[in-house]
Amino acid sequence: MAVDKKMKVLIVDDYRTMLRILRNLLRQLDFRNVEEATDGTEALQKLREGGYGLIISDWNMEPMTGIQLLRHVRGDEKMKRIPFIMVTAESKPENVVAAKQAGVSNYIVKPFNAETLRGKMASVLGEF
Amino acid sequence: MAGKRVDVARLLSELRNKYGDTVKVEDVAKVMGTLLASNTGELAGASRKIYTELEALNRYIQSAKAEISALRPDEVTDEFLPTATGELDAIVAATAEATNAIMDATEVIEGVADSLEGAQQDSLMDATTNIYEACGFQDITGQRITKVVNTLKDIEDKVDALVTAFGDKMDKVENKAAKESQAPAAPEKLSDADLLEGPQRNGEGISQDEIDRLLAEFD
Repeated sequence: MAVDKKMKVLIVDDYRTMLRILRNLLRQLDFRNVEEATDGTEALQKLREGGYGLIISDWNMEPMTGIQLLRHVRGDEKMKRIPFIMVTAESKPENVVAAKQAGVSNYIVKPFNAETLRGKMASVLGEF
Repeated sequence: MAGKRVDVARLLSELRNKYGDTVKVEDVAKVMGTLLASNTGELAGASRKIYTELEALNRYIQSAKAEISALRPDEVTDEFLPTATGELDAIVAATAEATNAIMDATEVIEGVADSLEGAQQDSLMDATTNIYEACGFQDITGQRITKVVNTLKDIEDKVDALVTAFGDKMDKVENKAAKESQAPAAPEKLSDADLLEGPQRNGEGISQDEIDRLLAEFD
C-alpha cells in the first residue's frame, strides 16, 4: 500500500533549530502536514487530538524525555500503533537497547542526513 | 614550668554538644593548640614525640587554610565560573541565530528551485538539502556546550564545598558526603538519567550502521 504523504507527522525536539531542519527535510520528502512539540508533555497533548501517522522525537528533553514519551505512547490504547522514530545524539548501545525495549520503531543518531531520515521513515511506513 | 592544665574530656564534650560528631577544621586546630600550650614542660619521650607531630599537623592545617584562602575560591564561584557559563550560553545563542539566518536564505533558494524544472531544480534542491543537513551542527554543538556548562556547575559545587569546609557550614558538607557515601556505587538497572549522556565523543558511542545491526538483533 502506498504511503499517504498527507499523513500528520509530529516532530518533537527542544531545539527550535532542529525542528526547523526536520520540517524542511520532511517538506523536501513531500510530507507537509507536520506539527511540532518541544518536549514529551506538549507532544502528548497534541497526540491526544488524534490523527497522527508518525512521531519523530528527540530523546534529551525536559520535563518529559523522548523515552518517557515513547513509553506513554506505547502504553496508550489509542496511540500505541503510531510508528515512533527516535532521532537523538545518544549513541550508546544501552540507549538503543532501552529504546527498543520501550517499543521504538527505528533509531537515528545525530547528526544525520536526509537519506538516513528517508530510509528510516520508509522502513516503518513502507517505501515511498 | 608546667602549662595550665586542661580538662580534655570537658573540651571534647563541649565540642560534641555544639557540633555533634562533626567538627570544623579550625576548631580541631584550636583544640590541638590548647592542648599543646597546656602541656609544655610536662611531657617526655614518646608523648613528646606525639605532641610534636600534633604541633606539625596544627601548623599544616593553618598553612593549608591560609593557602586556600589566598586562592580566593569565592572569586572562582562568584565571578569566573558564572562568566564562563555566560560566555558559553552566548555561543549557543549566536550559533542558533546564525543557523536560522542560513535557513532563512536556504528557504528562499528552495522557493526559487520550485519555480525551475529538470536538472537545475534537482541541483538546487540537492544543495538546499545539504545545507539543512549541515545546519544540524547547531543542535550537536548546543548539547555539547550544555554538557560543559553542567561540568562547570559541578566544579562550582565542589569549590563551594571546599570553602564551606574551612568556614561555617561544615555540617552541610558532612551531610552531603554522608549521603554520597550511602548512594549505590553502580546501579544494576540503568535509570533514565543514566541514559542522558550524549552526544558521545568519537569512540564512545556507536555508528548508525552499528545501531541498525543492534536493532536487527531484536527482529
